[in-house]
Amino acid sequence: MVQALELKALRKTYGSGLEALKGIDLSVRQGDFFALLGPNGAGKSTTLGIVSGLVNKTSGSVKIFGFDMDTHPVDAKSRLGVVPQEFNFNQFEKVFDIVVTQAGYYGIPARIASASAEKYLRKLGLWEKRDSAARLLSGGMKRRLMIARALVHEPALLILDEPTAGVDIELRRSMWEFMNELNAHGTTIILTTHYLEEAEALCRNIAIIDKGVILENTSKKALLGKLNKETYVIDVVTLPEVMPVLPGAEFTVDDEQNLVVTIDASINLNRVFAVLSAHDLVVRSMRTRSNRLEELFVEILGRDAVGSQTS
Amino acid sequence: MSAYAIWVAFSTILVKEIRRFMRIWGQTLLPPAITMSLYFVIFGNLIGSRIGEMGGHDYMEFIVPGLVMMSVITNAYANVVSSFFGMKFQRSVEELLVSPIPYWVVLAGYVAGGVARGLAVGLIVTLLSLGFTHLQIHHVGVTVLTIVLTAILFSLGGFINALLATKFDDIAIVPTFILTPLTYLGGVFYSITLLPPFWQTVSQFNPILYMVNTFRYGILGVSDIDIGGAFVMILGFIAILTATSLYMLKNGKGIRS
Repeated sequence: MVQALELKALRKTYGSGLEALKGIDLSVRQGDFFALLGPNGAGKSTTLGIVSGLVNKTSGSVKIFGFDMDTHPVDAKSRLGVVPQEFNFNQFEKVFDIVVTQAGYYGIPARIASASAEKYLRKLGLWEKRDSAARLLSGGMKRRLMIARALVHEPALLILDEPTAGVDIELRRSMWEFMNELNAHGTTIILTTHYLEEAEALCRNIAIIDKGVILENTSKKALLGKLNKETYVIDVVTLPEVMPVLPGAEFTVDDEQNLVVTIDASINLNRVFAVLSAHDLVVRSMRTRSNRLEELFVEILGRDAVGSQTS
Repeated sequence: MSAYAIWVAFSTILVKEIRRFMRIWGQTLLPPAITMSLYFVIFGNLIGSRIGEMGGHDYMEFIVPGLVMMSVITNAYANVVSSFFGMKFQRSVEELLVSPIPYWVVLAGYVAGGVARGLAVGLIVTLLSLGFTHLQIHHVGVTVLTIVLTAILFSLGGFINALLATKFDDIAIVPTFILTPLTYLGGVFYSITLLPPFWQTVSQFNPILYMVNTFRYGILGVSDIDIGGAFVMILGFIAILTATSLYMLKNGKGIRS
């Protein structure tokens, strides 16, 4: 089966000498909801910039649905929609015109473009603002405008670069629903985000990039399976005078007077509850301290940093 | 892209460009109308009446073709350089870069936008001039061809300037320090036969002299230079600037990192 996106030995060295990508290979299968994660400066934006045609690669190849960006750019680009991190539309143009004009760049006639623009502006709650100048929209509306613009030509592959940055929780949730709906209808989605709970909630496969190298590229399930430790915050009625003891688990108390337990992946929670019961501790509630992907992300990047220092 | 899709993409850019300069008509169409009216009044009527004839024609008649051409040159150039640099500045140029639109269509669309504004302003100035003098077009074909080719040439120049520019100052340098002096010294207000032989020879290196004179020939039937040679030169410049623009677009000069 043809991959939605296939990068081979992709390399980018900027004029300053900075080697942003060190020959990465990456495949995203059709219909996937894929996360590309990494800290600032890891190479995410460079990778997506090359795929989008905004950055010149130094070497390597990019294929979109089997079409090489160098030899078949029209076939490749017409299957791609891009929602960038920064606002990149004419702030003085009307919302409707921005979306219809983008469709025109794809060779879509005005009548069809107008219908498609209306469809996505309505879906994203911007139809009432269609005659407003883009600069008058709120930050969340501007992000949704960029999504509508990226979808107006019905791309098979959608790249979302930090789509929910600076968006309130309610809107973020509604955008998640919209992305899931798009993916369910067959659109392959590649997402970059700093909200790791977003990647954990939405994506099936995840790649982690740092310093221009892909450190992990696997399914979310397999990735989370690598998590060695997990930390839970337990709200107990009364804190114990003596900390419970359990091999493979470490109990502490945090600043908010909660009981905190960090356990190895091999320990199941029943054993933790058994120890709590043995100490007559009454549990009111329990939650993970950070999301699992976030813990793993920090662990992988930490491992890489140590590896870099020792190698 | 199919031929129809390319046509849609081209007309999208052209319509966007026309809509842009029409929306801000107070900055694009009105100023040249006011400036040229002042030229007609001051140089044509007040000073021109004391000069008498130039090149066998009334002075007002003589300067009208040059002033029309000057408006076309500055406006075609300004339209493309300001619009495309504005897109770079606001990053909306990325809308074009992610799309499958071929580079030559991008160039054709912006050049057509520049030509549209150049011709619109040229028409406005010509109509205004009719309030001051009587114009009889000597050769319609030469007149139309010259004005269109000149607008294309300077739109291409504006496009290259926009690609190279990194700040707003960069888009003002060429019009202020190159275009304006070359236009004023390109025979808009005088016939180069009035100059001493040395300065006549120097003037021959000014490309705008050829455009102004070819256009003047189309309207009045008089010229200081060879019309055929002038067309060859204009077409040659267009070919060079087109090739340069396409090369820069393909390599992402000024628009891709």
